[in-house]
Amino acid sequence: MGRKRDILIAALILVGLWQVSALLLDSMALPEPWIVLVDTASKIADGSLLDDLAISTFRALSGIILALAAAVPLGLAVGAEDSLRRRLSPFIYLLYPIPHVVLLPLIIILFGIGNFSKIFLIALIVFFQILVTTRDAARNIHRNYFHSMQTLGATRLQIYRHVILPASLPKILTAMRISIGTAVAILFFVESFATTTGLGYIIMDSWGRADYVALYTGISCMALLGFALYLLLDRLERRICAWTRTD
Amino acid sequence: MIRVDSVNLSFSHEGEVNQVLQGISFAVKAEGSCAIIGPSGCGKTSLLFLLAGLLQPDAGTITITGSPRTGTILQHYGLFPWKTVVENIGLGLQLKGEAKDRIGARVEGLLAEMGLTGFGRHYPAQLSGGMQQRVAMARALAIEPQILFMDEPLSSLDALSRERLQNLILQVWRDKRITTILVTHSIEEAVYLGRQIIVLSQRPGRILQIVDNPGAGSREYRQTEQFFHNCNQLRRILKEEDHGPEA
Repeated sequence: MGRKRDILIAALILVGLWQVSALLLDSMALPEPWIVLVDTASKIADGSLLDDLAISTFRALSGIILALAAAVPLGLAVGAEDSLRRRLSPFIYLLYPIPHVVLLPLIIILFGIGNFSKIFLIALIVFFQILVTTRDAARNIHRNYFHSMQTLGATRLQIYRHVILPASLPKILTAMRISIGTAVAILFFVESFATTTGLGYIIMDSWGRADYVALYTGISCMALLGFALYLLLDRLERRICAWTRTD
Repeated sequence: MIRVDSVNLSFSHEGEVNQVLQGISFAVKAEGSCAIIGPSGCGKTSLLFLLAGLLQPDAGTITITGSPRTGTILQHYGLFPWKTVVENIGLGLQLKGEAKDRIGARVEGLLAEMGLTGFGRHYPAQLSGGMQQRVAMARALAIEPQILFMDEPLSSLDALSRERLQNLILQVWRDKRITTILVTHSIEEAVYLGRQIIVLSQRPGRILQIVDNPGAGSREYRQTEQFFHNCNQLRRILKEEDHGPEA
């Protein structure tokens, strides 16, 4: 409970700082938090914001899940299998540092301007972050764990299930924590043009119309989306990595 | 029956060949107990790994007649920290595809036998060193092995838990008629638990002497004249190896 209380206090302090800055600055460009809160609540209540919130959540989540589904199995295999690592690591080494976001035009040419292009770009960027972490985690498992499995007569597949995956999970979840921030940032980028839906669009559109309250409503919702994904991950971690909190 | 015949083992690291074991020959008969002792770095763990099938010799043969079931207890990183006590103990049976209720009954019985009742849902990190080793013992025994390989299973324990576990090993050997092979660096432990004691030299490990110790096998042995005599004999052999013959 202590942690929840601390987080609530921190949130109140941040909103307080916002309030003070808004009063001191006294500018249209920084409305007071309660005005933004009322605007957000009314837009959610009348349903006008729900569609955008839903489509943004869908894009971010799909991107992350797609990336996970591809990066975790590949990362585990590349980390755990020497021959695969020797062959594939040079490619990862070359492809990882590229700023993948510059591939957006190419992706749009290939897949059009629909949802898939947006999800694909989020997935592509998150994919590499998770891939590299997963590979390194799977590579640095103490060999005695493998010996123990060998003495119990395990097959390679059983070793993946009982050792390589669970031993790598804490690091995969840490990578996902970082990836959520990246995913929401890329979400804003892909929603900032060639679309009329999503929180990114709301932000860009309000900005263009100089509707500052709506602009902050969009920003706050984007922040809430990131926070909600973070909470979801916390829950997940508590369920599947209970053993890391045992000391 | 385990027969080791002129076994050599070397590791090569960055082009440098390191001879670990040289011309090792001995035999352990079924239901026997054998302790392997020697200075640190002499290759005793490697010898155990060879016997357990985790390493292959460069030359020579290791024959174990009748392809018996074997259990192995490693010195470090043997238990899986991401599995509860119950999951750790039942793993060998699970890998063999045993039915869930059969595994459950067997694990329950072993928990009681090892004095771990009530700790089934704990993770290894929540247990003391002595309890962790009893979990490792339970896991090795779960598959009802005919041979038990142990690599310094007690080296990290305090004196009291150490003695308690030595008695447990003795009891397991006597009651279940399991052939036990124990690597240790403790002279008293070797004499208390091994009817046959193999003394290795410094690296590259050769057999200095095989000491017959037929009195081992009862708790009272610790208080006998013969026990002290054999401990002293072992100490003398190891000291000579360390400093050369005393003048």
